[in-house]
Formats: sequence, C-alpha cells, structure tokens
Amino acid sequence: MAAAATCGSVAASTGSAVATASKNNVTSFQRRGRRASGTNDSGPRLVSITGTRPSVRNGQLLVSTGLPALDQLLGGGLAVGTVLLIEEDKYNIYSPLLFKYFLAEGIVNGHTLLVASAKEDPANILQELPAPLLDDKCKKEFDEDVYNHKTPESNIKMKIAWRYQLLPKMEQIGPVSSSRFGHYYDASKRMPQELIEASNWHGFFLPEKISSTLKVEPCSLTPGYTKLLQFIQNIIYEEGFDGSNPQKKQRNILRIGIQNLGSPLWGDDICCAENGGNSHSLTKFLYVLRGLLRTSLSACIITMPTHLIQNKAIIARVTTLSDIVVGLESFIGSERETNPLYKDYHGLIHIRQIPRLNNLICDESDVKDLAFKLKRKLFTIEWVQDNYLRQERNIYPPGFSYLLKQKDSAWGEGSLQHSTFLMSFLAKATAFASRLVRHSEPLKQNGSGRIRQAAGPRLWHDGRRQEAPGLLGIPP
Amino acid sequence: MARRPGTGYLGVVVRRGSTRGLDWRLGPAESGLLGHLAYSQRLTVRSRTERNWLGPSPSWAPQADLFSPRSSHSGGKLTLLCDAKTDGSFLVHHFLSFYLKANCKVCFVALIQSFSHYSIVGQKLGVSLTMARERGQLVFLEGLKSAVDVVFQAQKEPHPLQFLREANAGNLKPLFEFVREALKPIDSGEARWTYPVLLVDDLSVLLSLGMGAVAVLDFIHYCRATVCWELKGNMVVLVHDSGDAEDEENDILLNGLSHQSHLILRAEGLATGFCRDVHGQLRILWRRPSQPTVHRDQSFTYQYKIQDKSVSFFAKGMSPAVL
Repeated sequence: MAAAATCGSVAASTGSAVATASKNNVTSFQRRGRRASGTNDSGPRLVSITGTRPSVRNGQLLVSTGLPALDQLLGGGLAVGTVLLIEEDKYNIYSPLLFKYFLAEGIVNGHTLLVASAKEDPANILQELPAPLLDDKCKKEFDEDVYNHKTPESNIKMKIAWRYQLLPKMEQIGPVSSSRFGHYYDASKRMPQELIEASNWHGFFLPEKISSTLKVEPCSLTPGYTKLLQFIQNIIYEEGFDGSNPQKKQRNILRIGIQNLGSPLWGDDICCAENGGNSHSLTKFLYVLRGLLRTSLSACIITMPTHLIQNKAIIARVTTLSDIVVGLESFIGSERETNPLYKDYHGLIHIRQIPRLNNLICDESDVKDLAFKLKRKLFTIEWVQDNYLRQERNIYPPGFSYLLKQKDSAWGEGSLQHSTFLMSFLAKATAFASRLVRHSEPLKQNGSGRIRQAAGPRLWHDGRRQEAPGLLGIPP
Repeated sequence: MARRPGTGYLGVVVRRGSTRGLDWRLGPAESGLLGHLAYSQRLTVRSRTERNWLGPSPSWAPQADLFSPRSSHSGGKLTLLCDAKTDGSFLVHHFLSFYLKANCKVCFVALIQSFSHYSIVGQKLGVSLTMARERGQLVFLEGLKSAVDVVFQAQKEPHPLQFLREANAGNLKPLFEFVREALKPIDSGEARWTYPVLLVDDLSVLLSLGMGAVAVLDFIHYCRATVCWELKGNMVVLVHDSGDAEDEENDILLNGLSHQSHLILRAEGLATGFCRDVHGQLRILWRRPSQPTVHRDQSFTYQYKIQDKSVSFFAKGMSPAVL
C-alpha cells in the first residue's frame, strides 16, 4: 500500500535544539520530533514517521494538510501537536472539502484517524473522501487542466502596477508518487474502499455517544464537549500517542478531525445567543484540547462556523487558543460574484494566523490576497494577481485610457516621442482636466464605445496645438 | 527634577465592579529614580541607531540599570506587556531570559505554550530552562499539561488550576498560593538569588477559561502585594488587547492593569498592515503609580524587526530596508 513507503525527505536527525537530555525527564516522549536523547540508550531510536517531514526553520515535525498549496502558505505544513482551525464559509460548501482532504491525506499516509461530528456519521464522511491522484493514472487529465489555465494575458508585463509583477507566482506541481509529502486528490472520485478498510480510524458521532455511559468528569463544559474530550484522551492514551503507555510503542500520527465545532448540534449556544450560559465552554474545550495535543503525536483540524457566532469576543479568544487559523469566504450569494476581478474563482482564502512555535518568528508568506477555485478535479489556491491587469483598465478615468494600450506604443503613433515622460504626463493632465470644460464640439467617439474618448495625445503635434483644450478657449 | 521623598502609595486602581476590602496597606513603592533617568537618557542618545536588544550580550540590557544592586531597589515593579494585532511573545521570551541571566528566582506561569517551546527559544537567547529548573532558580507551571491533569483526574490536594473543574467562576486563590509558595524565600540564610520575579503568560487565557475580569485583577493585586511589596520582586504580565473585538472583560482587565503598572510595553502591528521588514511597533510607557503625575509619563515608540535570535529596534521610518 502507499503507506508503506517511508517519506524520503525526512532526515534521520535534525541538529537543531536537541533537548538537553537531563536524567530527570519524566516522560520519555519528546514532543515535536526532536530526536530522542542520544544519551538515553534504553530509549528506542526515533524512526521517521510516514507522511511527516521536519520543518526547514526549526526542525519541527510537520504533516501535510492534504492541499500542497495550503502547505506552502503555512510554511511547510501543519506542525504536529497543533490545531488547524478553519472558519467555515457561509453555506458550508468548501470547508468540508478541506476537512476531507486532511482525512484523505491521513489514509494515504497510513495515519490513524479520529473523526468527530455531530451532524454526519463518521463512516459516511469516510466514504466520501476524495481519491488520491497517483503517478501515471491521471497525469494526462491534469496536464490538460493546466493548459486551459494558461491565458494569453499572463505574459503581459504591467506598466502601472509593476510591483505586482515581482511577487512570486503560486507553483503548480503535478501529481507525484505516493511517497511525497503532500498528495493531490481528485474531488470527483471517491477513495477506494480497500484503502479505507485498511486504515485505522475511530469515529465519534455525538447522538450515539451522548446516551452512552462514558464516565463523565465534573466540569463546566457542555456534555458533548466533555464526552469528546474523554474520547480523544482515551484514544491517545490507549494507542500510545503520548508515549505514556508502556505497552504501546506508537510511532504514528493521530489525525483528529472535528466538524462544525461550536454549532448548536454540539449543544453549544454561542451561535444562538450573544451572552449564553455556556460562553466559556468552547474556549475551555479548545484549551484542554491544546493541552492534549501538545503532549502527543497528533494534529487536529477543526471547522467552525464563526460567521454564526454572535459574540465577537469569543472569535478573538478562539483565534488565540488555536494555532493556525484559515478563513474561507465563498462568493456564492455575495456581491463579489459578479465582480469581474473574481470571475474565475469561487472564493477567498484568508490565512489569519500562523503560530510561532519554538521560535521568535514564523514563516509568514508575503502573499495576502488569495483566492481558491474548485476546478473539475482539483482545489487550487492562487493569488488574485493576474486579474489586476483587467482592474487597471477599470480604475483610471477615460482620459487616461490610452496610457494602457498594450499593442503599440502607449502614446499613440509617434506623436510624443520627443517629449520626456513628465512633459507628456503634464500634457495628458491638461487633457484630462479639459474634459471638465465644455468644448466647442464634443470629440468624435470612435472606438468600442466602452470608454469615452477625451482629448488625446494629438495636443502638441508639430509643436503647435492641434486641438485646443478648453483651458485656452478659442473664441468661436 | 526634585522629588518629594516618602510619598505614599495612593492606590489608584480603576476597575469596575465592587472593590473588595483588602486588609493590607501598601507602602511606598519608590522607584529607583536614578535608574529611571539613566535609562531614559541612554535611550534618547541611542534612539537613532539600530541596535539589538535581545542579543546575548547582557552588558547592553537596558533594564540592568534599573535593577542592578547599585541603584536603590526598594520596591518591585509591575511591567505590563500588551500586544494588539500582533504577537508579543518575543517580549516574554526576552524577560524570561533576562531575569534568569540576572540570577533572579523566577516563577513562570506559562498558560499558553508548553515548556519545550520556551526552552528552545531560551536556548537561542542563551539560557537553559532545564538547568534553571534543576537548580531551583525557575519554578515553571505548565498550564497546558496541568489542565489535562486536572480535568481528567481528580486531584487530592488543591491544584493551581483547580478552577477548571468548577462549574461557576471561582477565584484564583489556589494559583496565588502556588505563586507564593514558589517565591517564598528559603530560610537557609544564604541569598542565592537576588530577588524574585513572577512572569505570567498570558492573562487573557484566564478570561477564556471562565474567570471574570475582577477575579483576575484580584489575583494580580494579591500577587503584587506579595511579590512586589513584601518580597521586593518584580512582576511581568502579558495581556492581549483585543482591539475592536469588543471584549469587555479583556478591556476591564487591560485598563485596570495599565493603571497599576510601572512600565507598559505595547507591541502593535503596523497600522498599514503586514510588512516583511518591519514586524511591528513597540511603545514604551513609564508610569509612576506611586505618586500623582506631576509631570507627563515618558513614552517612546520604536519599530522592530524580529530575527532568529534577536530583535532589532529602530526609530520610526528608519528601517534599514527603507533607507
């Protein structure tokens, strides 16, 4: 199976910041893949875990989120022991996709899954996972997708917003073999049944568990959250992800996925009322979850309908308690759907927070305006740069439209070749101002009619004025 | 600038809600005037040049002037770290490494990150937290790990984070007992450490865990009475500023602490948004809560860029990337 191939890029030992192997260490487990202390001979050598790689910045262990484009934006991937919070889009169309990509990545890499939901049975969620795109199978179809994407405008250099040309383009990498860090998935196909059955997964479906007799500790959390925490802690302890169980020597990652956390289906009323009785329930849950994750080899994805939360303060607190926060904003039903700038895309993706783990700084990407689109098979994230070209034409007043001609010289047929840029700019400025004054007769509108023709560059032809602008009005 | 000696503490604490009667009276919290002046003058002279504050050279740590045994250190100080729209944790790392290098006994209540995170960053800044913990110089309360213990197993003796098990908002008394126990001076006669320091990272998490703002302010007040006045130590606390998120409890906490603190370091993101070369702006404000402000509080603003092992500061607009 694909999971058997070890990830080739994981180094055997990273030299960075090895924990001073003090003899008084209580747990033998060293978080975040810093290699087990070399002086402790009785401890086993840490074998590289499938589907993980160390971060280039600080040697931290990273897992893929299932979307290589998102991994790149997050500085390499999701760190083990952290929470990825996805703020759902308004109609909850694209966030389940990201959720499924995360779980599918876990299955392909052979990680253990823990799926928790109050709405859908986890078994059904697993049936709907996208199929992985492996080497030779769909390479042809991927190529034709990439070809359609290349528009002739992408090669045009920009004249006004030229700084945008310097920003990096998002890389489009094709599907590669399964031993790679991140995989591509085909959203139109389902994960093959044998892969799902071969994987080790645990499901938490709230309506089933809420009536069972799991021992509940007194806590001020809502019962749904308490049960879920118990369940997660149980799995982590039993399967040895935190290294405290002497029987189990687990060298695998636990991928936890919690869907629609904070929605009323979990018994929480923060989406219904502004100052409900359980306003601290969600934040307490996140805090204890963070504690559980930090001491175990696990990574968690949570989707949360933050647009429904009435109290904005809770959103700020939730953001502080999560590590990576990604917000999705889809264009469906919003006025941006008709904006020509966003014609090709389905929504915007905002990377709201990236953690600084084991470091003073983090790998924040420079690119901030990101949009995603769900093509036939692939979910891609791109920078909305290619469309600034179109925007250039729209934001300048008609008088300057000839500045943006792409074909011949920008100033028309050789009329201003001898003047410097400043002179020509001043000339155009007066021409622009002239539109405010009524001319003797309006200029003939030849052209597509989309842009109104104003006094053009023929102002200083032959060193004399050809057409008098309104500033020096020629008496009739 | 003449200063009247023996000024009492007026105890100007602005907070909403009922004021609880506190039994003790707080004596004069004299601040080392010479230290203050030296510090401010030094900064005025060097305000134009770029320099590294958090580098591993302790000779240049500006706070050393304030708290060296030479200057009159007759009372502790509360330093408030505040961050708005950015991450101010680099200040916490700085103070932790600074006080450990200055041979102080540190009690660190770390509620938001794990021990290994601080330990790794501390190694970059030149201190070893594990060694400090073994020596007894550092008492570390790891909030995340303790929370898991408290929630999943019943504890016999009162645990500092006992409030997590309670349904309604209690008080932070067990946490205060823990701090007092940690920083209590050992009666062995020899003074190994110079003075105690309490570091809290961060207080806004306590609000998320169900504590009210008044309970947290009470906790800080108790700690200040013990650590700053009784034990003549210092306190450093980090609070997030939620900005326009309308977090009333957080605003109450922040305002209350701002009025009690001697030094406020406020890390803000740039108003114009993200910049690769300038990560933010640091506002430094000295206050003298011990006396009515006869003159204006001093304030400086610097922009900073965080690097791998240090932070470089420069005057506004003087970033090397721009010049």
